[in-house]
Amino acid sequence: MNNKAKKTALFGMMVALAFIFSYLESLIPFDFAIPGVKLGLANLVVVTALYIMKPREAFVIAVIRIFLAGLTFGNVYSIAYSLCGGLLSFAVMWLAKKTKLSVIGVSMLGGICHNIGQIAVAAVVMGTVRIVYYLPVLLISGLVTGLLLGVVAKLVINRFEKIMRTDCR
Amino acid sequence: MKKADFILIAVVAVVAGALFVFLYASNNSGAFVQVEIDGKVSEVISLDTDTVREIKTADGGLNTLVVSDGYAKMETANCPDGLCTNHKKISRNGESIICLPHKVVVSVVNESDADSIDAVA
Repeated sequence: MNNKAKKTALFGMMVALAFIFSYLESLIPFDFAIPGVKLGLANLVVVTALYIMKPREAFVIAVIRIFLAGLTFGNVYSIAYSLCGGLLSFAVMWLAKKTKLSVIGVSMLGGICHNIGQIAVAAVVMGTVRIVYYLPVLLISGLVTGLLLGVVAKLVINRFEKIMRTDCR
Repeated sequence: MKKADFILIAVVAVVAGALFVFLYASNNSGAFVQVEIDGKVSEVISLDTDTVREIKTADGGLNTLVVSDGYAKMETANCPDGLCTNHKKISRNGESIICLPHKVVVSVVNESDADSIDAVA
């Protein structure tokens, strides 16, 4: 089995998936009257990548997806927001993976940190700390979306590991 | 789900709850709305007088702020997403409506806050 080709295919698939999830999310009019409350579907791919690939590889996917989605569906500001949220979220998830937390816990932390990162950028951009009033809501929303995505990610990871095992026989 | 996951959920819920109480519950109804553009206070309006204000920003942003019955609401905005117009009306101290694209922050402040702003201005 050509390992390099396999890896290339996996990378392509993961980036494409993250990209299309970002697109799907931009289609859903997800309106909770509070900026920043989002499902974060693309995070599903990042969480999964963190478990089935090397951290370095998962990181590349996370960053590529932010720029791809930002350039296609967003603007300079939205790239800044997602980059800050995405990098913080990735760093925390990578560390959390080494603790006793399961996929679900890691995913929840990721969702929460994504929101915290975005609030931090917003506070800097707006030059106001008043935006912390959104924090309690965003903490809970990150928790809930992270929980949902974590459950799905766990299913995907289990299946993927099964596939890899049969493949190696 | 492991035990650690449940602990995480509990911790986050408690922190969010505490933050919520700290930020909102202790606040009474505010008396003024303060309009900030790009971090600078542009005007302070009393919540007692019904009024309609147009907030114009340097980069062509135009938001309409309506004050009526002691509540402030963003009625219109010429930004693409218009999230701020979906925000519920505000009246309590510390509540705010934020329009990210135009860097406009409308927040409810009490008298002492408003005084200190006047003193600075």
